[in-house]
Amino acid sequence: MELNEWAFIGAFFAIAWLLPVTPIVLNRILGPRRVSDKTLVKTDTYECGVETVGDTWGQIKLQYYLYAIIFLVFDVEMVFLFPWAVAYNALGIGAFLAGAVFVFLLVEGLVYAWRKGALEWS
Amino acid sequence: MKDILLDLGLADGLAAVLANVIGAGMLATIFLLIPIFTIWVERKLAARFQNRIGPNRAGPLGLLQSFADVIKLLGKEMIFPRHVDVVPYVLAPVIMVSAVVLIVAVIPLAPTIIGTDLSIGALYFIAVSSFTTISVVMAGWGSNNKYALLGAFRTVAQLVSYEIPMVFMLLLPVMLAGSMSMMGIVEFQSNYWMIFYLPTAAIIFLASNIAEIGRAPFDLIEAESELVAGYMIEYSAMPFAMFYLAEFLHAFLVAVIFSVLFLGGWQGPFAEDLPVLGILYLTVKTFIVYFGMMWVRMTLPRFRIDHMMAFNWKFLVPLSIVQLLVAAFIWKIMPEPDLTGNLIERWVNEFPRMAVMGISGLVVGYASLVMLRNYASQQRKHILSLTTTTQTYPLAVSPTPATGQSSVIVVTPGD
Repeated sequence: MELNEWAFIGAFFAIAWLLPVTPIVLNRILGPRRVSDKTLVKTDTYECGVETVGDTWGQIKLQYYLYAIIFLVFDVEMVFLFPWAVAYNALGIGAFLAGAVFVFLLVEGLVYAWRKGALEWS
Repeated sequence: MKDILLDLGLADGLAAVLANVIGAGMLATIFLLIPIFTIWVERKLAARFQNRIGPNRAGPLGLLQSFADVIKLLGKEMIFPRHVDVVPYVLAPVIMVSAVVLIVAVIPLAPTIIGTDLSIGALYFIAVSSFTTISVVMAGWGSNNKYALLGAFRTVAQLVSYEIPMVFMLLLPVMLAGSMSMMGIVEFQSNYWMIFYLPTAAIIFLASNIAEIGRAPFDLIEAESELVAGYMIEYSAMPFAMFYLAEFLHAFLVAVIFSVLFLGGWQGPFAEDLPVLGILYLTVKTFIVYFGMMWVRMTLPRFRIDHMMAFNWKFLVPLSIVQLLVAAFIWKIMPEPDLTGNLIERWVNEFPRMAVMGISGLVVGYASLVMLRNYASQQRKHILSLTTTTQTYPLAVSPTPATGQSSVIVVTPGD
């Protein structure tokens, strides 16, 4: 039974890939293809009418990385909270205290980031 | 399904595999066709919100408009820009759609109709829906376009941040039901819907989910006036349509998931006996939620990105942590009622626990709103104190031809 559930997910995975591929392939067949000439302007980068200046894959604002790092603090530990939540009904008041301590560790990270100014968009 | 295949004389293993594939195919295809309808609903309602008529040419009430669009897009040329990074550029729309479609697998449609009742359904939902983030990054990076890359980075910041309050609030239904399976969560709601226990959590969950799907007021990902179309700027024809489809399907699925988690899913009178009724209830609930989401979208203007991030990290995340701890504490100290009698008895027995949970949630929500209001009025006073007197700023001077005089539009600080 357990295996069957995941077999269904496997089948679903295959079909979920097939479904978007079909119309794209169909579009490739049905749609006109006039891009053989590589100098066509329409295959240029779409910007504002002028040719694009500089490399796109350059440096990015640091703020984005900071948010990603703070997110990691939460994301990894939140996975551990799910088993706690599932078993919560069967456990005593100690479960709440343990969970609270665990969450306060997360809060500590958030407060630290906040105080350090990592949450300010400057 | 498997029995029919066995009757046809297939081997047991093959029949099992085929049954899975056919079931999955039917479910996924049906859900993939829903956006064709919801796009029409959305366009029609958006038009009504803006005092327009909306699509009304193709078919009765413009019902065939989406089909016309699909056919038109099939015949369009797929432009393949010269500078793209081929692998991520091509894969991005496919991953986007498949990630969204995969969510469908765990949605309980009726007491007996569900793709598969995974024991970790809630976790599966989070895991699969965060694939969309990867796809957006692939599209933005692969397009080799500055607008697309900016859009992609905004997406990462936004989706990743709003996932935290979303997952925290997903913990609460899991905790109350004592199960991560979607069916288990729905069955828990046979007495009262989850939203009565966790009103604030429901609102936070919906708000962060609206941000997850990148809709107004959180649609910075594709802010038309700044980024043209964000990460999908370099896409045309069907790949573009796939992004569009995934976006609408995701919006619809968020409404479905919200109904399942907080509005009782298929629960309703006689749904246990007639599965069709369950599907009907779920559909009605979903469209009510969907209408609410659309209402928000049509009413609120877009946030600035720093405001949006601050709203999440400095308001939603602390609020969701407080809500989690308060709800967990009250759930633990309330005695578990006797839930063996008939429906009326169960309602009466369950009521005190539900009422205390609900009131505590409302108190947390109200307190946070009061704090937010105080903070906002402080900020307003601060800004007002910067502009000392009631100066008037002429914004535009336009001569009115009728009188020959000029009318000045003025803005006073504090408006």
